[in-house]
Amino acid sequence: MRHHLILRVITKILVGPIILYGLYVQFHGDFSPGGGFQAGVIIAVAFTLYGIVFGLRAVYAVLPPWVVHRLMALGLLIYAGVGILNMLSGYEFLNYGAFAPNHPSHGQHLGILWVETGVGITVTGVMIAVFYAFAGRPPRMGDDDW
Amino acid sequence: MTTGDNELMIEFLLGHINYWLFVVLMMTGLYIVIVRGNYVKKIVGLNIFQTAVFMFYISIGKITGGTAPIFPTDSQGRIRPDPDIVYSNPLPHVLILTAIVVGIATTALGLALIVRIREEYNTIEEDDVLEIETKLAEQENRIHGFGPGGGA
Amino acid sequence: MAETIINVVLFSMLVLTALALVRMERLFTIVMLAGVFSLLAAMLFVTLDAVDVAFTEAAVGAGVSTVLYLGTIALTARGCKPSVRPSTVPLLVCIITGAVLIWGTLDMPNFGDAEAPAEVHVAQYYLTESVKEIDVPNVVTSILASYRGFDTLGEVAVIFAAGVGVLLIISRMPGQGRRKDKEDS
Repeated sequence: MRHHLILRVITKILVGPIILYGLYVQFHGDFSPGGGFQAGVIIAVAFTLYGIVFGLRAVYAVLPPWVVHRLMALGLLIYAGVGILNMLSGYEFLNYGAFAPNHPSHGQHLGILWVETGVGITVTGVMIAVFYAFAGRPPRMGDDDW
Repeated sequence: MTTGDNELMIEFLLGHINYWLFVVLMMTGLYIVIVRGNYVKKIVGLNIFQTAVFMFYISIGKITGGTAPIFPTDSQGRIRPDPDIVYSNPLPHVLILTAIVVGIATTALGLALIVRIREEYNTIEEDDVLEIETKLAEQENRIHGFGPGGGA
Repeated sequence: MAETIINVVLFSMLVLTALALVRMERLFTIVMLAGVFSLLAAMLFVTLDAVDVAFTEAAVGAGVSTVLYLGTIALTARGCKPSVRPSTVPLLVCIITGAVLIWGTLDMPNFGDAEAPAEVHVAQYYLTESVKEIDVPNVVTSILASYRGFDTLGEVAVIFAAGVGVLLIISRMPGQGRRKDKEDS
């Protein structure tokens, strides 16, 4: 893609706002459509776009594969950890009561925030890892064969 | 047939045409999966099948005159419940929302298998793969005999 | 009434797109049409009030899955062989299965019926009680993360497992000398 000047410039302009929008979708999911699943996919799309246009080496410099592989597990651990934390405080698994024992709905807000964060991290990690895996194989077709 | 019968008939048709279209969509997906030998096309067929099921779930949850299940809020973000608003059923939305993301993850798994199949067999057509497999099995049978344990 | 017309027209376009996919041979065209299919599905989800689902379908179906399909095509082949298999028996199977399914829908409540069994059970509880219990405007979020949090934990685990599966099958990690040797030979 070295010769596509317009694509390269537009991509540079777009990547930031896409990630910002992903974060908005993540943390505004309580009030509008959105949440961890959508946000994870959108943030992964930003890195995918960067990888397609600038090449794998450039995107590895921003987000190395080992970080992505750990993100995959981290999200799931955050999710399950929230549940375990509640159990240790004497509530049911994933009850969220432990976050604010005197104010149940505040506890729910905090619990939903953490759980959605976990979902978002795992989905981002899996989508980027899958893209890395496919893009990392030696291609069979050149750019002009399409 | 009286006018009342006609109206009932139209109501029944409009009330069920969504379900019938979803069946057509589902069978199109199934047909692609059975008939086409190309693995990528089979996965696309599976995705069509999957989307048909999603449509069915969401159609069940729809209520005429309803709106998306998000409560109105005031400027501070506090919920102002309005008993006049009808909301569609949010439960199918939750089930399908997660199913879509799980669907793409499993699709990626299928596509990864296709990539490996191409590297081993140098083809992504099911017929060619079966042919190669049969030849390999015949060769092994010639060496090891057709008895139990040797036959492939 | 306008809602019904939009709904039926969009659904018909979806079915036509799927039917057009059946006979295509070039994988690139198939993948692009699959993207169109996903966008149409997303629009239909909006008319059916499922905004969260539409959002997900647009991001996943038209975005990520198209990239993955194109990546696969780049690694495998561009076209697919014209089918040599007999297509009468599969067609018959599909028509019979479809007829049985349509026969099954005849007993279903009308589309959009507020008194249908699916609407009166637990959904009403979520719509009335979640204001007090969860206090989150988006009911889909409160069911997803709180009422059915355990369900969602399972889904996230499935996504994680699928991601690990893809990595095990085709990922090339540094330090995997053995596999590299085998492929070079």
